[in-house]
Formats: sequence, structure tokens, C-alpha cells
Amino acid sequence: MATIGHSNINAKLVLLGDMGAGKSSLVLRFVKGQFLEFQESTIGAAFFSQTLAVNDATVKFEIWDTAGQERYHSLAPMYYRGAAAAIIVYDMTNAGSFARAKKWVQELQKQGNPNMVMALAGNKVDLEEKRSVSAEEARSYAEENGLFFMETSAKTATNVNDIFYEIAKRLPRAQPPQNPAGMVLVDRPTEAARASTCCS
Amino acid sequence: MDEEYDVIVLGTGLKECILSGLLSVDGLKVLHMDRNDYYGGESASLNLNQLWKRFRGNDQPPAHLGSSRDYNVDMMPKFMMANGTLVRVLIHTDVTKYLYFKAVDGSYVYNKGKIHKVPATDMEALKSPLMGLFEKRRAGKFFMYVQNYEESDPKTHQGMDLTRVTTRDLISKYGLDDNTVDFIGHAVALHRDDHYLNEPALDTVMRMKLYSESVARFQGGSPYIYPLYGLGELPQAFARLSAVYGGTYMLNKPECKVEFDEEGKVRGVTSEGETAQCKKVVCDPSYLPNKVRKVGKVARAICIMSHPIPNTNDSHSVQIILPQKQLGRKSDMYVFCCSYSHNVAPKGKFIAFVSTEAETDNPQSELKPGIDVLGPVDELFFDTYDRYEPVNEPSLDNCFISTSYDATTHFESTVTDVLNMYTMITGKAVDLSVDLSAASAAEE
Repeated sequence: MATIGHSNINAKLVLLGDMGAGKSSLVLRFVKGQFLEFQESTIGAAFFSQTLAVNDATVKFEIWDTAGQERYHSLAPMYYRGAAAAIIVYDMTNAGSFARAKKWVQELQKQGNPNMVMALAGNKVDLEEKRSVSAEEARSYAEENGLFFMETSAKTATNVNDIFYEIAKRLPRAQPPQNPAGMVLVDRPTEAARASTCCS
Repeated sequence: MDEEYDVIVLGTGLKECILSGLLSVDGLKVLHMDRNDYYGGESASLNLNQLWKRFRGNDQPPAHLGSSRDYNVDMMPKFMMANGTLVRVLIHTDVTKYLYFKAVDGSYVYNKGKIHKVPATDMEALKSPLMGLFEKRRAGKFFMYVQNYEESDPKTHQGMDLTRVTTRDLISKYGLDDNTVDFIGHAVALHRDDHYLNEPALDTVMRMKLYSESVARFQGGSPYIYPLYGLGELPQAFARLSAVYGGTYMLNKPECKVEFDEEGKVRGVTSEGETAQCKKVVCDPSYLPNKVRKVGKVARAICIMSHPIPNTNDSHSVQIILPQKQLGRKSDMYVFCCSYSHNVAPKGKFIAFVSTEAETDNPQSELKPGIDVLGPVDELFFDTYDRYEPVNEPSLDNCFISTSYDATTHFESTVTDVLNMYTMITGKAVDLSVDLSAASAAEE
């Protein structure tokens, strides 16, 4: 959920899409400016953080990757919980991956929060000669379903920063505060920890 | 799935998910499957539609209860001790980052037909209406002794070796009456029966310290914390840990038949005509019914209500312990309540649970004293489930089976089982030496 404080917005962003569509590559390009030709499934990375400045706010994205749990349709409800934004990624050289992207959009509409900002990314636009999904088809699908659409390339960095920037601009600026915010347990000392423990 | 794995885990209950996470982090190749199409197995939290499907067949939930997805009804209601071992495991594995917690408002005990707040310290003992004036002072001194007791500092032992002195003898030194002993033993030390009275007092003293230190931890009215959106978040969070470290997840896999070689050692798991090879299998009792035996039965009631439990100071989350003796039973009865304040129900709704170890052939009627403290309920579901424990020899068949969840109010026994299983599987102990007194809650 996007939360506000001095025009600082924290937003959980989830990635969805087929294995091999380039979800992790998009994140790595955006967060680290890297691209690996043979990207192994990411091991040990729970999520990435990246901060973007837009006109009126600083947006800190907490980006969740599927960790492979999409492969056998075993993503947990926790994955969608509280997400303020989602990027649904397909490989534009692979019509099957576009068809499955539509399934992920349906899943999001079922599980996600209704105000979520959704982006459709047709990835691997650097492989234009192998294109099998037209930009027009994807754009009209996106418009009908309330997503915005961009074609991206994690390899050449085309539109990668742009798609995150566009999401940051579209995030609602005033979201109702979450039902009394919970606490996160952390492994670090605070003075309050031992204060007022009764007695003696 | 036609591959070879180090470990195949069957069932996505909390125990199995913690183990899957720990084993993946160790670098083992893990395949984790569940016959259900949701995470959590017996420790899942169900939405309203799932709850109705489970208990009411084809009926639809009534519209006045609100949206199905606003409900997260725990199938294994428990609270987490703020300083307990589950919190240690969460911090050790860094799984805390997926979860949000809130303190539980109140901890109460049933005594002579009434509900009282459980005193956790000498100061609270002096204020508690549970005891008369002189008894309060005696109890206060006993609490003071427990608070000051340090295992490593003989000066605090006051000449008693608690590994030898029984709890009964320690308590009699302070002259406490049976009524006081009852709530201290069951509502503070959280013993399930009265065996502890004849056992060395050290365990009880450490349990009391855990209780009072947990109460002090978040300055709440109880020693407990509870995750927003229900306990079903816990297995999901550990499953994500496992996946992030390379674990493969498959839900909705029918059958999951464990295959053995001629020597009776596990060699793989078959589902939908495909067999995945593995060296070891970890599972809950339902996946290997021939290698477990029934050890008990838990009876419970699940209630949806529109008000907090009466006489709990309007607590939006609360535990009430009804000690066995107060009810003339052999085992304690536990009442839990959570609500929209922990995001387990829509605004204005409360979910209450009454559970106990079944002692008769009519477990439903055994629950009456617990249900009576709830006041009027909108909906009520009765349920019983059998508890199993493994009878196999894991060193012979390489099957590591968890014990069914017990009726206890917290996760201490759950995590003990998990840590023992981890040691059996890997030959190592989990190093849980996180600095708990330094760990604290950050408001997000």
C-alpha cells in the first residue's frame, strides 16, 4: 500500500508474468543498471528497493519478484497483499507469454486491491525481427483493462526507467492510512525495549 | 518435476514451511508440494467462502457478514509469545520483513466463574482482584523471586537448586493457596495440566519469566503478538523464503504418493503420473498415514461475533485460559478472540475460538463453558480433529513427519518440533542466538 508522509511515498510493487519474460531482468536494469544475457533465477533476493523522484513526491519502491512461485501457479495471497502497483511482463517475441499475461491480469483483478496501478510491459523490444505480438494489439488490450502499456527492453534499457517513472506519477497521492499500521520485528536495539519493565 | 531433489516437502503447514525455508537456505534442493490449492494446510487461514465450503457444504455465507476476502479465519488458532522461539526463528531467517504484527490486547484467566486479567509481575499481583490482601503480598514476593532469578547467578537462587526442588515445594515456600497456584501454573507458566507441580521448578520459573518478559516487550496488555491478516501469513512467508532460496513450489497436486525402495527407504514422490526423486521426505501426518498413530483429539468451536468478549475491557484481541480445575477437567480450555483490528474480519466483526483436548465422546458439550463466556454469536461452527504423531524411524526410511498441532495457545511446542526435525534431517542445530533483548518492533 502506498503511504504518505512529507510527500514521501512507500509503494510495494509486484512483478507478474511468464517464466523467462524478463521480470527479474527489468528489475535488475532499473535497480542496478545491469543486464545479464543469461539471467539465472534470482537466488536469495527477497525484494529490491529503489527510490524515484517525481515532480511532487519521492517514491520508494519495494519491488517483489515472484521467486519462481509463478511457475506452477503457486503464488501466495501474501504476494499481492498491500501492493500499490504491478507490472505484468510478457515477451513480445512469444504470443503464448502474452496470452498468459492476460491470465495474470485477471488474477490481479481478483486478488489485488482495486486502486492498484497496473502496467503492461511488452519486453524484449530489442528483438524486433522476432516480434510476434503487435504493439497495437497489446495497447488496446491494456486500455480495455485499465492498464497502461509500454514496450521495454531490459537489454538496451529502453523504457525501463520510464515505466517505473510513469507508475510513480500515477500512484494516488493521498491514500487512506492503512488499518492501524502494524509493526515489523527488527533485529536492532531501541531504548524503549527495556524501559518500564515494571518493578524493582 | 521429473528431477532429483535433496528433500521433497509435502504439505504447506507452518512446520513444513519453516523446514522448507531453513533447508533451502542451507543450499539443499527442495521441492515443496501440497494437495490443496492454497497454502497453510491445517494451519491455513480461510476466507468466508472457504470456511463455508469446509463446514456448511453447499450453503452460501449470509450477505450481512460482509465480503469473503475480508476474513482470515485461523484453522489453528494460536498467539505468538513476543519473546518466544517463533519470534527468534522469524528474526534468524529474516522472514519478519514479510510480516506485520500487532500486540494482543489482553490475557485473562477464568476463576470461580469470572474472568480476570492475568497478573504477570509483582506489581500487577498486588493489584489483582484474583487474590485477597495477604495472598497478594505472598504472590508478589513469589513473582519478585522469579523476576530476579537468573540461572547463571547463584546469588539470585536464594539457596535453592531449581533443577532439584519441585515446583510444589518452591511454591509452598511462599505459602500460596491452590487458587493462586492454579492461575500461575496455567495462565502464566502456561502448563496444560498439573504434572509440573511434581517436576523440577526451573521449567516453571523460566516459563513465568518468558511470560513477563514478553508482556514487557511491547508494553501491551498481554505477552502475545499476532500477525495482521492472520496466522496463514506465517507459512506463506516461510514458503517465500524457501522460494527465494531456490525452492520449487507446486500447489494443487493430487495424491502425492511417497515411493519406497526395496529396503523401505524413500526414493521419491509421485503425483499425476510423474515421479520426482529424492533422498528425504518431510511431511505432515496426513501424507504418510501408515507411519503415524493417533494420540488425541482436539475439539473446537469457531464463532463469528459482532462484539468483543464481555468482561475483557473491550479487548479487540484477547486470550482467556480456563484452567482444568476450574472446570473439573483434565485439560485446560482456551478461548481466543481476534478482530478487524488484526485484519482478520471486516469492520465491527470478531472471530472467537474455543478449543480443548477432547475428553469425552461428546466434545461439543465439553466446549460449553468456553462458549458461554463469549456472549451472543452470529455464527458458530463445531469441529474436531485427531492429533497424530510419527511412529517411524527416520534413520531407516528417511521420512521426517511432523506431529499434529496441539491445542496449546502459542507456538512454543510447534517450534520445538520443527527444530528437532531440522536436527534429525541435517544433523545440525539451528543457531537461534539472535539478540532477543535487542530485537524490538519498528513502527512502519
